[in-house]
Amino acid sequence: PPAHSRNDWIGPPDKHSNLRPIIFYVPPEESPLERRLREARQESQACDQRFWARHNRAFRQEKEEFIYSRLKAKGLEMRDETGQKATLNAEEMADFYKDFLSKNFRKHMQYNRDWYKRNFTITFLMGQVALARTLRWLRWKKKNVGN
Amino acid sequence: GLFVWHLKSAGARQIPCQLVHLCRVANNRLITFQYFNFLKRMYVTQYNKDLSQRVKPKSDSVASPFRELQQLDQEGKVTHKIRPISAVHQPLSETSSRNELRELKSAAESEDSLAPVRAEPKEDRQWKEMKLRLDDLPGILARLSKIKLTALVVSTASAGFAMAPVPFDPTCFLLASLGTGLASCAANSINQFFEVPFDSNMNRTKNRPLVRGQISPLLAVSFAASCGVPGIALLTLGVNPLTGALGAFNIFLYTCCYTPMKRMSIANTWVGAVVGAIPPVMGWTAATGSLDAGALLLGGILYSWQFPHFNALSWGLREDYSRGGYCMMSVTHPGLCRRVALRHCLALIGLSVVAPVLDVTTWTFPIVSLPINLYISYLGFRFYKDADRSSSRKLFFCSLWHLPMLLLVMFTCKKSFLDKEDKGDLLGEGHGRAVEIRLP
Repeated sequence: PPAHSRNDWIGPPDKHSNLRPIIFYVPPEESPLERRLREARQESQACDQRFWARHNRAFRQEKEEFIYSRLKAKGLEMRDETGQKATLNAEEMADFYKDFLSKNFRKHMQYNRDWYKRNFTITFLMGQVALARTLRWLRWKKKNVGN
Repeated sequence: GLFVWHLKSAGARQIPCQLVHLCRVANNRLITFQYFNFLKRMYVTQYNKDLSQRVKPKSDSVASPFRELQQLDQEGKVTHKIRPISAVHQPLSETSSRNELRELKSAAESEDSLAPVRAEPKEDRQWKEMKLRLDDLPGILARLSKIKLTALVVSTASAGFAMAPVPFDPTCFLLASLGTGLASCAANSINQFFEVPFDSNMNRTKNRPLVRGQISPLLAVSFAASCGVPGIALLTLGVNPLTGALGAFNIFLYTCCYTPMKRMSIANTWVGAVVGAIPPVMGWTAATGSLDAGALLLGGILYSWQFPHFNALSWGLREDYSRGGYCMMSVTHPGLCRRVALRHCLALIGLSVVAPVLDVTTWTFPIVSLPINLYISYLGFRFYKDADRSSSRKLFFCSLWHLPMLLLVMFTCKKSFLDKEDKGDLLGEGHGRAVEIRLP
């Protein structure tokens, strides 16, 4: 993002986590409340990034392993004559999907609780910051009108 | 599929609207299939939008959706959330592009790591300033509130209103539709607010406004509140408290029960089906002010319809659900998934028979609707037996036209409350006896 910008910037989705990273703008006259908000958002972003990158990587890896073991059981190679990667159809993959979901259930439960909490906190902080900014603007307006 | 039905009668008035309404008269009724076309148009644009992020008019040939399909691993990637008449995927190209899809199928099966990257338009790969532009706002809010889905929800509510055996009140109708629409916008916005990281990871939903950072969560919540509160107030004060209560309850059910439950238990599908069943009930109570058997019947029909619709769709999305952590029957209990879909297809037949018993429609309705109900049940049976991608797609696409068709047939077979007077005479119930007329 350009140096003169006074806004946050959001980027393309990350390769592993599919989440879009945000670069936060730090205004020179940032209030403590605003700093709390920014730090909360940064932390939340890092948390999400860690979780999903790891989760998606695990998914891809386990999927490869599953395909490999199934192909082996069928007596096929990973790549066929044309060099194309051999795949299993959706019905064969169904067992893997079911397994993966149940294995990660508890992890997801924990993440869900955590995500909801963070989401509410950040939104609430945003509300507070918006309120503070509005009051500040009104006070400034009154002062200017008075002058 | 545009056709006009003209029933013999005298003095009809057609309310100019895209949805099917009629002013109540026992006689001349002119019903157009604008309703059906409206749906078809919406399905096509939504479908193309999902795939290519560009809205295309319906007149495009079948070739264009196919081009988009090549970019995405379409079959594996189209995600769906259960909703009243849930998010739409167009039926138009289904038959003709199916053959072409078959060629893609083998190549596309598990190329998920490559496909999303290929599919992203150039603008997506750039850094964007997170600044809200006012002229972007309407589009963003439309996507946040899932405006097309909301329109379908409002149309099911209108169907409920139209089926109620009372004289048609245009003001009440408009207020009820507006209130329902606002409530639906609010519910959808909150749903998106809750699901940001999950939406990012699923192909269909990854271009939502909150995921792309086009608006802040605070704005999303404020928008939801500014839709929900006036919407419910409008329903409670402008229509009747019962409808308002149903609306508020539905918002709660969708946002606080269904949305979290999607990640906790497969029971979410049943809750979602109730969410879908409530709008027509709301339409009915808006017209009559009370929760009659007819209202529950309409709700029941929509409830049963959800299952073949959603279960068939979710069959193709098992990978995304599994990775995203969504607890859906298609992943964890595939046998149950298919059984339930079939069960509810058959239930639709049963409910169609109950309609004339409750005096909602004439006996023509179960007879006329039997072919389509049998067809969807047949597809449900095929899905149950074959349990594969093609049978699930057939069932899903059938459900898309089955519901509007069923509602339309129901409406044309609606028992006018003046008819009942004739019926009483025909049955020879006696001349001196007062004939029962349902009063609003």
